[in-house]
Amino acid sequence: MSRVTALPVGDDALLVEVASGAQARALHAELLRRRAEGSLTVREIVPAARTVLLDGLADPARLASELASCEAPATPPHAREPVELPVRYDGPDLAEVAAHWRVPVREVVRIHTNTEFTVAFCGFAPGFGYLTGLPARYDVPRRVTPRTAVPAGAVALAGPYTGVYPRSSPGGWQVIGTTEAVLWDHARVPAALLSPGTRVRFTPVGDA
Amino acid sequence: MTDRALVVVRAGALTTVQDRGRPGYAHLGVPRSGALDPRAAALVNRLAGNPVDAAVLETTVNGCALRPRSTVTVAVGGAPCPVTVAGRPAAWGAPVVVPAGALLEVGTAVAGLRAYVAVSGGIAVEPVLGSRSRDLLSGLGPAPLTDGAVLSLGAPGGPPARVDAVPQPGPPAELVLRVTMGPRDDWFTAGALRALTTRAYRVSPASNRIGLRTEGPALERARGGELPSEGMVLGAVQVPPDGRPVVFLADHPTTGGYPVVAVVRAADLPAAAQAVPGTPVRFVAVRRR
Repeated sequence: MSRVTALPVGDDALLVEVASGAQARALHAELLRRRAEGSLTVREIVPAARTVLLDGLADPARLASELASCEAPATPPHAREPVELPVRYDGPDLAEVAAHWRVPVREVVRIHTNTEFTVAFCGFAPGFGYLTGLPARYDVPRRVTPRTAVPAGAVALAGPYTGVYPRSSPGGWQVIGTTEAVLWDHARVPAALLSPGTRVRFTPVGDA
Repeated sequence: MTDRALVVVRAGALTTVQDRGRPGYAHLGVPRSGALDPRAAALVNRLAGNPVDAAVLETTVNGCALRPRSTVTVAVGGAPCPVTVAGRPAAWGAPVVVPAGALLEVGTAVAGLRAYVAVSGGIAVEPVLGSRSRDLLSGLGPAPLTDGAVLSLGAPGGPPARVDAVPQPGPPAELVLRVTMGPRDDWFTAGALRALTTRAYRVSPASNRIGLRTEGPALERARGGELPSEGMVLGAVQVPPDGRPVVFLADHPTTGGYPVVAVVRAADLPAAAQAVPGTPVRFVAVRRR
């Protein structure tokens, strides 16, 4: 258990900082619960790596002092069933990731598909989730030279995160595979397949 | 002919459809977007007899030219600019009737950057997540206008405002941005914080709907390392590695990894939307309300 720090941001927002990603997820879930029960009125609740931003608060100072006196919730509540994303592990950086991990390529696929991921937060593009779940020893650096176009559906790694590109865009992450799942469709409800707190499993398809 | 539509005769440098944006989706990575000068957008809507949240056109520098297929009331505001209807001078900042088939010309801004054009009934493109705004960071919403495009119009609401002209703030000769410090001011040296609030900055030509970039003294960090990504707010003064502050505007990314040294008061952002490159910028530290 540890304390939370609430930093004022402008006149009507608070950046609530905690010690770990797991605590940020727990805090995010707790704040969503408060909003749902009506005890928290706020325009945006934006989780990130170690923080949750509350934007559009009527009285940020009061909430800040209230949060300062409470402990961060320790464990995130259990989310719904994981979303399964079928992946063809044929990415151009698969061999490089295997080299970073010091394992054969086949082992990268096994480790990746045996890991349960959680969407820590979204950003970069609508529907792009930053998924955590891999142990720290599997962190990988970004590519030295980013690609000018990474295709939609690319499954890629950077730092502690796995991400899936919702649409084609420039990107510096290490691409290990491709999914045909539609990550973002603004005509669909909900538009985003993955949102903060969603659990994700990658399942292998085809020859890896 | 009762075809409620507008033909885009000249799209201009960058003309987009904007309303009040799509707040509430930042946690999915969706920027709020919306008119960069929301006061001007609301005013032209009132003048044209629209609700304040109707979709308008936001032009950049050199206006646009439109031909309505049915008679409409329009109002042009924001950046002052010449307005003509069928070649004759018409009022800026007041309701103007444009007969069916007549050409409405919104000319090059004589000051400021962005003119707003409200048309009775509002621009009726398909909304995305509750908004018709074009978000230039993520590409949501209707594409920027192109020559020859046709835009549908909604049914006119109320009558146009009964005024000759209304006062609108002129574009700033000097852009004064009141800031509250933090949340990451502790990432910068005392000298950098002093520089931000005492030295002269200028609006960079690289500014856009995502951010107002500045030229001026680089802000020196007090610590190395990287900040884990965190949520960003409108008006955040983010400092990338080159040390030049960037003020986040409507299409800003929802999360970011560069430290935010201060946040600009929302009331000062409409002026930022109208500040042409080269405009002097002064950041003034104020107490949090």
